[in-house]
Amino acid sequence: MRIRTMQELLGARVVCCEENLDRQVYSACGCDLMSDVLAYVKDQAVLLTGLVNPQVVRTAEMMDMICIVFVRSKMPSPEMIEMAKEHGIVVMCTEKRLYEACGILYSNGLVGSATKV
Amino acid sequence: MSDELVFHFDIDGEDFTSAGQASVQIKKNLRQLGLPSEIIRRVSIAMYEGEINMVVHARGGKADVIVREDCIEIRLADSGPGIKNIEQAMQEGFSTASDEVRSLGFGAGMGLPNMKRYTDEMHIDSTVGVGTTVTMKVYFPVE
Ligand SMILES: Nc1ncnc2c1ncn2[C@@H]1O[C@H](COP(=O)(O)OP(=O)(O)OP(=O)(O)O)[C@@H](O)[C@H]1O
Ligand SMILES: [Mg+2]
Repeated sequence: MRIRTMQELLGARVVCCEENLDRQVYSACGCDLMSDVLAYVKDQAVLLTGLVNPQVVRTAEMMDMICIVFVRSKMPSPEMIEMAKEHGIVVMCTEKRLYEACGILYSNGLVGSATKV
Repeated sequence: MSDELVFHFDIDGEDFTSAGQASVQIKKNLRQLGLPSEIIRRVSIAMYEGEINMVVHARGGKADVIVREDCIEIRLADSGPGIKNIEQAMQEGFSTASDEVRSLGFGAGMGLPNMKRYTDEMHIDSTVGVGTTVTMKVYFPVE
């Protein structure tokens, strides 16, 4: 799924790295505990989370993830946005809750991280 | 041959905001060396989990990443409370993390198991009241 499609489906606002909206994501992970995110390697994945701190961006960078979606209208700090920019990670914010946001993406064909493409 | 490259970091235990910074830096350094991306990912994830552990469980510590001809070694040393039962700590889901640590996104009890999974060798040396040293190795694939 294109990041742009995710943005439309979630009615999300893009915070940074708009130039990467046409990149493809192949898997997703919806989680507030970072070590759970780190447990399985994913390819070109998106992280959906309600947690907002610098470790979210660092975790995404560790996993070579290409997009972070903050749910429930949470806003990342300027420091976090700078970090994401440095790594080219698209950051978006949606009003939707984590469960709903994940459900929308899943039902539109974006599989979970355990499934191999 | 004794061609090795050492990266050293002091991990600040006072400031959670900076936790993980050293691992992001190591990832950059290893990329500059042009190493295989799979190796880089494994080393940096393992170091990241260990770095966060030192900050949330041990008030900080020291990290060394040694790049050798055949492998990359990660050494994490702290003077924290130590681990009473290493076998138990290694189990998925075991965590003594406080609610505060959990609210920061850690405490799933997956860090040590992740470190073991992403590395080829891992050894924990820990004494209660003295500190913990974690040594990990990731070997380069042989052609
Ligand atoms: N450097 C350390 N010093 C003291 N205790 C540690 C250290 N590292 C780990 N531990 C102990 O081992 C337990 C398990 O560690 P592990 O990294 O697997 O999980 P966690 O840190 O609690 O949660 P997670 O890593 O999933 O965020 C910790 O809860 C803690 O009790
Ligand atoms: Mg941990």
